[in-house]
Amino acid sequence: MNQNAVVVTNLEKRFGRFVAVNRVSFEVARGEVFGFLGPNGAGKSTTIRMLCGILAPSGGRGTVAGFDVRTQPEQIKANIGYMSQKFSLYQDLTVEENIDFFSGIYRLPREKKRERKDWVIEMAGLSGHRHSLAAVLSGGWKQRLALGCAILHEPPIIFLDEPTSGVDPISRRQFWDLIYDLSGRGVTVFVTTHYMDEAEYCNRLGLIYRGELIALGTPHELKVELATTTEAAGNAVVSDAARQSPPTPSALPTLEDVFVARIEAHDRMEQPEAEVQR
Amino acid sequence: MNLRRVSAVARKEVLHVVRDYRSLLMALATPAFLLTLFGYALTLDVDDVPMVVWDQSQTARSRELISRFASSHGNGPRYFSIRGYVSRYADVEKAIDRREAMMGLVVPRDFAQRIDAGRDAPVQLIVDGSDSNTATIAIGYADVVTQIYALDLTIEQNQRRGMPPLAIPLDVRPRVWFNEDLESRNFIIPGLIAVIMMVIAAMLTSLTIAREWERGTMEQLISTPVKPGELILGKLVPYFAIGMCDVLIAVLMSEFVFHVPLRGNVALLFGMSAIFLTGALAMGLLVSIVTKSQLLSSQVAVLTTFLPGFLLSGFIFTIANMPQAIRMVTYLISARYFVTILKGIYLKGVGLEILATEALFLIFYAAVMVVLARVKLKKKLT
Repeated sequence: MNQNAVVVTNLEKRFGRFVAVNRVSFEVARGEVFGFLGPNGAGKSTTIRMLCGILAPSGGRGTVAGFDVRTQPEQIKANIGYMSQKFSLYQDLTVEENIDFFSGIYRLPREKKRERKDWVIEMAGLSGHRHSLAAVLSGGWKQRLALGCAILHEPPIIFLDEPTSGVDPISRRQFWDLIYDLSGRGVTVFVTTHYMDEAEYCNRLGLIYRGELIALGTPHELKVELATTTEAAGNAVVSDAARQSPPTPSALPTLEDVFVARIEAHDRMEQPEAEVQR
Repeated sequence: MNLRRVSAVARKEVLHVVRDYRSLLMALATPAFLLTLFGYALTLDVDDVPMVVWDQSQTARSRELISRFASSHGNGPRYFSIRGYVSRYADVEKAIDRREAMMGLVVPRDFAQRIDAGRDAPVQLIVDGSDSNTATIAIGYADVVTQIYALDLTIEQNQRRGMPPLAIPLDVRPRVWFNEDLESRNFIIPGLIAVIMMVIAAMLTSLTIAREWERGTMEQLISTPVKPGELILGKLVPYFAIGMCDVLIAVLMSEFVFHVPLRGNVALLFGMSAIFLTGALAMGLLVSIVTKSQLLSSQVAVLTTFLPGFLLSGFIFTIANMPQAIRMVTYLISARYFVTILKGIYLKGVGLEILATEALFLIFYAAVMVVLARVKLKKKLT
């Protein structure tokens, strides 16, 4: 428990007959950058919302920072920072007013409040824009301000739901620098994305597809795994020379290859079942 | 309940209001506008009833009767105004059809002869009954005018015959209390304040939570440790301040524009308004919480406040005259109690010794609304 920031066992969410998250199990270690990779509608946001204590699971168990997602959602909320897809800032409030509001909500002490506010403005590069309305900020600024507001209280665990969608490449790079920085200070980062290059930045990845976790591991592990399975399957075709030498890093498949292969394998498994149902 | 969080929410809400100055302006101007509109337009007084006369008799007697119609008045304005003389039924009909007259008085040819002969002398009154209420009142006036004339005639005849003056066995002397001149404005305006407050209050808060859901900021808020009670209280405070400004505007207008007598305790008036306002604001919040949509929420808020406030609060339509079933419904309308309280404080000058029941109902209603809003506000997505 002390080692893991997040522990999930058979977590499930159904909306009527639709299964959004199908008995997912994984663990996220303290200080880890854990990426949740999957196409739109795969169940990434649903999972993250359950872990933040704002969506009740239909089944299974989960703990975040040692608190139960079913019975202790409010304790979880005091220990996490959550940034939803929409950068939920108040558009008609200025940069400072947004920060002040959230530091009031998180009950920061007076000195701390000023210190954190300066930190957020510095981090987001908004020094010249303290009194600008959030509505007029560019996507990158909004994103960093939203992150700042979500982590004013210095939570040990941060949940980021597609934090870089709709943001230019430079801002994305800056954002990931920030995430690494936080991670370096021991903060656990749980991030969802559908960008493959971003997935590369993560310490560990979970691949989610149609509500099911279809792969789990470090980016390297996942690639090596794919390389060896394709090798085994294509024994007859692959030349002897290639078979004898272990796969070199340059020869490794990309994460995209891994992802596509996993999804195809998953669909092949589902197929007969679907036929029977019909 | 943490006051720092409450004040953070309240401050944020104030900023929303200040930034959206048009809706703030509307919130402050609407009561003045409604009060002016209804205060001037909505009068139940019937006076200056337009009438045409067909005087077939053309005698001193008939002219005396007609002049009594023309000059009739109590303490206020004239009851009738003669718009013209006609000499055919077709013209009476035309005048009523064109709404130039509400009544036609027809004095028959033998009117004077019959009176002088001491026989009964019928006159005909044709009344436009399409507005039954006004017609009833107008007929009442006409009745009184003719009765008095009849009485005067009898006295005159008795005197001429040398009989002792007529002793009238019954003499009703009405003494009107609270609204001496029976001005409908005095009775409408206090009730109107209640209706306006109810509508404004629900309008103010019905958008706040729904807006957060629609803009996605609610998802952020519910992921923080803020408590539902803190959110509700923080959101109530700024709108409560606006609502009390509205009360002040309405009270000042009724004093200086409409000259409605305020006989009771002003502090009690504002205290009761504060309780009523809290209930109405919380109801708006509840609607907002349940619907989660600004459009739906504002429609529900207006529908559930304006119509019941207008029709079922006793503000104009007397509750005692309503069918049993509808009368039961009125007990659920908080404006009903507030209307009674306002009329009591304004016109009768009574205090809590009389209005305690209504005050308790208001407190109960406000408490129920706040608790319901608190229960319904879940820090969960669905």
